[in-house]
Amino acid sequence: MTAVLPPRAPAQRPTGGKLIDQFEYGLDAPICLTWELTYACNLACAHCLSSSGRRDPRELSTAEAEGVIDELQRMQVFYVNVGGGEPTVRPDFWHLLDYAIGHDVGVKFSTNGVKLNKQRAAQLARTDYVDVQISLDGATAAVNDRVRGTGSYATAITALENLAEAGMNDFKVSVVVTRENAGQLDAFKELTDSFGAQLRITRLRPSGRGADVWDELHPTMAQQKDLYQWLLANGDGVLTGDSFFHLSAFGEALPGLNLCGAGRVVCLIDPVGDVYACPFAIHENFLAGNVRSPGGFQTVWQQSELFADLRNPQTGGACTKCQHFDSCRGGCMAAKFFTGLPLDGPDPECVQGYGETALAARDLELITPKSHIDHSHKGPVRGQPTLLGMPSIPPAKICDESPLAGMDLR
Amino acid sequence: MADTALVTDPAAGTTPAAGEVTIPADELPFDPSLPWQKSASVALRPEPFGALVYHFGNRKLSFLKSQPLVAVVKALGDHPDVPSTLRACDVPEAQHPAYVTALATLSRSQMIEKRSTP
Repeated sequence: MTAVLPPRAPAQRPTGGKLIDQFEYGLDAPICLTWELTYACNLACAHCLSSSGRRDPRELSTAEAEGVIDELQRMQVFYVNVGGGEPTVRPDFWHLLDYAIGHDVGVKFSTNGVKLNKQRAAQLARTDYVDVQISLDGATAAVNDRVRGTGSYATAITALENLAEAGMNDFKVSVVVTRENAGQLDAFKELTDSFGAQLRITRLRPSGRGADVWDELHPTMAQQKDLYQWLLANGDGVLTGDSFFHLSAFGEALPGLNLCGAGRVVCLIDPVGDVYACPFAIHENFLAGNVRSPGGFQTVWQQSELFADLRNPQTGGACTKCQHFDSCRGGCMAAKFFTGLPLDGPDPECVQGYGETALAARDLELITPKSHIDHSHKGPVRGQPTLLGMPSIPPAKICDESPLAGMDLR
Repeated sequence: MADTALVTDPAAGTTPAAGEVTIPADELPFDPSLPWQKSASVALRPEPFGALVYHFGNRKLSFLKSQPLVAVVKALGDHPDVPSTLRACDVPEAQHPAYVTALATLSRSQMIEKRSTP
């Protein structure tokens, strides 16, 4: 394990006090565990946090996945957030869903909606203890499809219609806030309300392919301020995964857990069983172990050196001297890491402006850390996002371009 | 101290503080003289600071921030009312009001329920 964390003195867990202080020292089992079932995905979103696309041949088998669920049941992890990739393209997805629910592990899964036809929607509506989140990153097709790919808006809307028609309760529309959709928050709320669904908005991280588009897509400071005001006004009815806690340094704390939960209350199990500190930290520096190793997930969660390090509250670094440290606690570890900032310094989107200063002060030679895990599609994908420009595929035959190409029409 | 911080969806944002829970108008105030028990659909997960409480029905998550409070919640079902439970768990008399407040919060989120048999 590469030492990446700022040195922290091992500290004794306090007795009593605030819950957030207890969480800093970690829990016996995660509260919120993300489990990505596959790296396979029909889409190629420009900002995919896990650089998904192609299935990994080493992905957990059905039996191994059942074993993980058995373990989660023993550890009393009461629900998991399932994602990917696109989890529903795994042929055993519906089996694993039933298996988890049958073992007291509730499932909240994120999908682009590709498999949610009327029949599946009706099945989900009949199933207790399952939550569905449909990903949508634009309130209009134009904004969404630029990032998620042509046709992805229509797919998501069809899935939402099917869920609403089937009488599914409490399904979610899950939005990653970007520079391009930050002005659509009210429109997202209206759209979500029209389906009787709940809106969930989360923060864009420079993780996976998100690192390639972060400079272009992360909200501006003015947008962050507007977002903060919007959350204060609408926060009660909108879920956030507690992902905007760095905005609390604007003043009033946002509802939720204002703390980086990585390795403390959250973690990620990736499709091949690797356990990372958080879903936004797929990088060898944040790899704690693998569920296939002896002792399984429980041993990784309870005994990994990396997680032990993360469970010591930060005591040094520039941020601890800031008057807003209690509000934001230094922000998001993954956002700092993948933008090449020190982990004990400010978040790149620090609302007090220290992040911008830190980004500007980076060494010009600095190469930001890249994950060695990349399952991006290698060839062109149908409806590829246009954010990065149209894919340039040379025509195989000159007449593929135009039937008249090359003809002398004089 | 023996209080609870309610966390309805820590993964997703809404964390009403214990004092902010609103009581529906048709709901009676918490009565410590009645027999109570940990709800049938509730699981307690031991944690270093106390316990995590999960309700499989309403999917609410709560935290018990002290070991004595965990012991009290577990013991409720064996005693005819709250005061006798607190005495059986050796909770000092001076702390009884704080425990009653905590249990009232837990009853509002249905983590504990009234028991029909005394």
